[in-house]
Amino acid sequence: MSTTMENVICKFCGCLCDDIIVEVEDNRILKTKRACSNGRGMFLDYDPSFQKPLIDGKQVEWDEAVSVCADILNKADSPLIYGLSSTSTEAQRKAVELADLLGAVIDSTSSVCHFPTVLAFQRTGEVTCTLGEVKNRADLLIFWGCNPMVSHIRHFTRYSAKAKGTLTPGGRKDRTIVVVDVRETPSSKTADMFLQIDSGTDYEVLTTLRALVQEKELEPGAGHIVSEELKELARMMKTCNYGVVFFGMGLTMTSGRSYNVSELFTLAAELNRFNRFSVMPMRGHGNVAGADNVLTWLSGYPSAVSFARGFPQIGPGEFTSVDMLARHEADAALIIASDPMAHFPHGAVEHLRHIPFILMAPMTNCSTKTAKVFLPTACCGIDVPGTAYRMDNVPLRLRAVLASEKPTDEEILSRIIKEVIK
Amino acid sequence: MIGIIGGTVFDPLNKIDGQVKDLWIKDGKIVPIEEINQSKAQIIDVRGQVVMPGGVDIHSHIAGAKVNAGRKLCPEDSKRLLRYRSGDFRSGSGYTVPSTSLTGYLYSEMGYTTVMEAAAAPLVARHTHEELEDIPNIDNGAFLTMGNNHFLMKCIQDKEMGKARDYVSWLLDAGKGFAIKIVNPGGVENWKYGKNVQTLDDKVIGFGVTPRQILKTLATISEELKLPHPVHVHGLCLGQSGSVDITIETMELMEELNAHFCHLHFLSYSGKRGGFPRSGAAKVAQTVNESPSITIDVGQIIFGPATTMTSDGPVQYNLSQKLGAKWVNDDLESESGGGIVPLVYKRSNPLHAIMWLTGLEIFLLVDDPWKVFLTTDHPNAGPFLGYPEVIRLLMDKDFRAEKFEKIPKKAKKGCLLPELNREYSLYEIAIITRAGPARRLGLKNKGHLGIGADADITVYSRAENKEEMFAHPSRVLKDGNIVVIDGQLVKEQKGRTLYVSPGYDKNIEKYIREHFKESYTISFDNYYIEAQHLGISEKLNCI
Repeated sequence: MSTTMENVICKFCGCLCDDIIVEVEDNRILKTKRACSNGRGMFLDYDPSFQKPLIDGKQVEWDEAVSVCADILNKADSPLIYGLSSTSTEAQRKAVELADLLGAVIDSTSSVCHFPTVLAFQRTGEVTCTLGEVKNRADLLIFWGCNPMVSHIRHFTRYSAKAKGTLTPGGRKDRTIVVVDVRETPSSKTADMFLQIDSGTDYEVLTTLRALVQEKELEPGAGHIVSEELKELARMMKTCNYGVVFFGMGLTMTSGRSYNVSELFTLAAELNRFNRFSVMPMRGHGNVAGADNVLTWLSGYPSAVSFARGFPQIGPGEFTSVDMLARHEADAALIIASDPMAHFPHGAVEHLRHIPFILMAPMTNCSTKTAKVFLPTACCGIDVPGTAYRMDNVPLRLRAVLASEKPTDEEILSRIIKEVIK
Repeated sequence: MIGIIGGTVFDPLNKIDGQVKDLWIKDGKIVPIEEINQSKAQIIDVRGQVVMPGGVDIHSHIAGAKVNAGRKLCPEDSKRLLRYRSGDFRSGSGYTVPSTSLTGYLYSEMGYTTVMEAAAAPLVARHTHEELEDIPNIDNGAFLTMGNNHFLMKCIQDKEMGKARDYVSWLLDAGKGFAIKIVNPGGVENWKYGKNVQTLDDKVIGFGVTPRQILKTLATISEELKLPHPVHVHGLCLGQSGSVDITIETMELMEELNAHFCHLHFLSYSGKRGGFPRSGAAKVAQTVNESPSITIDVGQIIFGPATTMTSDGPVQYNLSQKLGAKWVNDDLESESGGGIVPLVYKRSNPLHAIMWLTGLEIFLLVDDPWKVFLTTDHPNAGPFLGYPEVIRLLMDKDFRAEKFEKIPKKAKKGCLLPELNREYSLYEIAIITRAGPARRLGLKNKGHLGIGADADITVYSRAENKEEMFAHPSRVLKDGNIVVIDGQLVKEQKGRTLYVSPGYDKNIEKYIREHFKESYTISFDNYYIEAQHLGISEKLNCI
């Protein structure tokens, strides 16, 4: 007989949709309702079968695996802990405790997506809001360098473009949608205005918008780009009631990086002289915002934190994982709920092949084969409950939908901590 | 079992003013000597030293969304104070916004054992509780912001007071809150339209209700629910010249209803709106002196770095505009908002000097120490690490005069401070830093050293320099365990989160469910925080 669970939270992306219906039979997920194709895939493809840890590809008992992990980490002079964004805050808190104890570097997947957003945040601050304010108030939405129709599929219907809110009862009719990108995308096709810009000119476009908003004279020689479309966009930004800019890696990971984001944050802050305006990064992984928060409350910094000197230090370019690996500075790694062999650039991947690394993840992935130790832990949000933070930093308690025998990430991390101290 | 022997005890709730007295501790509580097997007890000889209950902070920002955004915003602050990992103790960073472990360590090393987090929006209270669990050695609780809550304002608009009361009770339970916090009632909602409220009778956009109605409703509900702590009010026009008048008007409104007014110096300026402010301490102190049901905390300015953070969104916007400083704003659906602006308070700045002396005047002009409590509205007026300095300023008029000399002439003009010769006694300091806040919070086992009290105890070596004395206690005990020796942490343990759950008519849930469907982006069933998801927690009875 199957059971149906309601209000299940999908942790695939930073939307953390919490209205999913999941049907379970014989401890397998049969069906989901309301989930998008990304979320449905995450639930339906999940293989809950209990697996034993692997060392060099051979099955071992948990005791042995934990002891080998502690040994690897204790022997290392420069261990790196990376990942975190798809596990719970409970596990993230344990991971930071371990990093502090080892004098390790700890870094989340933020390091390869919104780290420039962190730097901009430190420089200028951020005017932001929760997704409910977007749903209820926003009459102008700008999506910059992001493509929610593909990456955050229910964003438009649940929170933004099409959502019906208290001051926007007409939904899509009550909002103007602008997409800024370097090429046409499924998202841009739905927009009222598509501003196609040349690749690598985000900073210039944003600077021009700031000048237009402040009615300053444009100077093409100073990097300003003069166009009627931009003038119209500036006018829209000044005359809406509540505007919100969502931005993705098209802004953070292209030429200018953190400077692009600072310029956007400054523009949004300045617009508050005319109306209300907010910005929000489109966070990718379900709990990447949680990783930022946990690292910050335990160390003072959101990512790329080194405890090597006995106290926390942040080091963009120094303690960011890709840089640490590419410079051959890490001599062991603990990867939690992530798959760097699939996503990191060549130089970093090559170094990972040469150092002992531990992979803690609910299922095998591209990094499993290379890992010295593979720890198949429970999947939070499917096997076990746990806390995750939505892209707007709203915390939610993920539910368990299966009955699992697998140990949780925090249990295994606690055991490693005890073993490391021995 | 521990005996603290021969100390000079200041325990105002039990009217003990500097008598030599032994204290006996068993199972984390203070017990009569008969319950102690003296041959087995650890005896701590504190002859000649001062013994007080552990410090109780009635208003501080130590955990949650805003505090953490403050940490993230200010890497410069992390560099101001670094803590090395040492033995089992965690490393940490931050001076005005310390990381969680460091927050617990620093409070503990200063002799504090209970600290209240003064503002958590219910929507993100789960975050506050996660951080509170990671702050060791202090008991705590969270005040939930309700002064701009949509459901509540709709109830007021529809004159459904019973519904409002059930909702508030449900909200306290759902967010595991300790008290009702009101921040700029209506003003934070209006800020979502780029506006604010300036008087008690301004209208809240979309609801037509007034700040006066919100204040009265919440204060009435708080009394009806018999909450241990009354409504905790951050009023209108914070930081503005002329705010003293509206503050007094608000106090008069709340007089019959019981209320605590927080970080009051920020709301006690006279002078014309928009003009240079002057201290309104005399006026505000007179009102407090005449009102039996009003208490305040000061939020004293500490010269040096601070990180301002409040749920008062428009205040933070105006501050960022004035200073050209970096600025965080966060609007929270259906409930609240807030902002953050870091700054440095400078002795040489006439405005900052006025703020500093206004706070001191309030301390010295409120006659009854049971009505005024020591806070710096950490980290808004400065870090809690400034408390020992404030104690010295209150206890030592020569030191005060010396500091007063150093502020600019423009600030000195016409102010009362140089004429105020009052010096606080150790007994009065014990009231404003532990006995008073504990009593006002309704914490029956805290803030005193009588039989049955929690064995949260601080011992200070006497010193002429009171700042030195209060900065580094010789012993701190938490729940009967020695956690600090000679100002140094020796033990770390989990704190307890205190919350209330006064009970409500379950029928209210169907209305709240409807409201969630209309206004929120998370479902009703994913909102409620179970007690088991807090760290160590304790439900307080509402009687």
